[in-house]
Amino acid sequence: MSRVLLSVLVMALVTLFTRAAPFLFFSRRRPPAFLDYLQRYIPPVVMSLLVLASFKDIDFAAAPHGLPALAGAALTALLHGWKRNVLLSIGGGTALYMLLIRLV
Amino acid sequence: MSGKQAQAAGGLLSAAFRASLPVLLGYTTIGLAFGLVLVGSGLPWWLSPLMAVFVYAGAAQFMGVGLLAAGTGPAEIGLLTLLMNARHAVYGLSLLERFRKAGAVKPYLVFGLTDETYGLLTTVAPPEGADGIRFCALVTALDQAYWVAGCAAGALLGRALPFDTSGLDFALTALFVVLLVEQLRSVRRAEPYLVAVLAAAAARLLASPRDFLLVSLALAIGGLALLRGRLEGPAGGSGRKPGSGGPGARTEAPAAEAGPEGAAR
Repeated sequence: MSRVLLSVLVMALVTLFTRAAPFLFFSRRRPPAFLDYLQRYIPPVVMSLLVLASFKDIDFAAAPHGLPALAGAALTALLHGWKRNVLLSIGGGTALYMLLIRLV
Repeated sequence: MSGKQAQAAGGLLSAAFRASLPVLLGYTTIGLAFGLVLVGSGLPWWLSPLMAVFVYAGAAQFMGVGLLAAGTGPAEIGLLTLLMNARHAVYGLSLLERFRKAGAVKPYLVFGLTDETYGLLTTVAPPEGADGIRFCALVTALDQAYWVAGCAAGALLGRALPFDTSGLDFALTALFVVLLVEQLRSVRRAEPYLVAVLAAAAARLLASPRDFLLVSLALAIGGLALLRGRLEGPAGGSGRKPGSGGPGARTEAPAAEAGPEGAAR
């Protein structure tokens, strides 16, 4: 349990650091060009990797071939592209996934 | 406090409450899902409100629960949290000026700068003649109160009614898909996504499943470093090509203006 609490403490400090970093380092000067470049392209890379990481343990060779997760993710993306309502997108995709793992 | 001041304070609170309404529904429901997922993965319920109070980061909290349940160590969790939340550093860049005179509440404003709170603070104006910083602080505190309430309620609900929540953890995947769609809207270059896919494929082959995220991120950042000349365009001199696919108009422009010019004013 102390390991879990330590991890939570680390998460809290690191999160605070990411939010405070610009106020600590760049209130008087412009960020270095390479950092400025990285911060622009890290978000799309991180989000892509997090989605891919969610799929990495699925065995696509065996039935149901990852269908529930693929369908759930596709519905989430479609709903979000259409309505751009975070709750609707997450709720719809998750409901479809939960339904499919019980039926398929 | 005189009657008039009390009235003004009440007016400011109700204005902040009205501004925060869009976040109320979102934070309570996603917090509820978070609490259910946390209890469902075998962690003690009180960890949910604890994380909501001290970590206060939706996507990172979900990721952290997955990692904790898988037995990942604090150092790796810390590094992944850093990369997951690196996007928050962008928000601060555009609020440097606004928070400069915030005084005692500044640390809390900075701590509470989630995606949604940033969105509210940069779109909703404080009421006419009101203290802008107090308004920001109230909105931030209300947002966090919704999140803590949702996380606590979800965890208690999951503990009280051990119903079949299998598959509910897909809410995390769905959240990442939503965030990816948002990125696809604002960063309209193929390279970052291709870099991510290639890095993920390489990590799948090279690394153990537990190290997948860390290894793929390291490879992807290496890939981005190699592509810098290409992504920043042939201009090179300015190092910034306006409108060529930075992460969205709402962060790009202020981030660019909040530098030395802002400080010199």
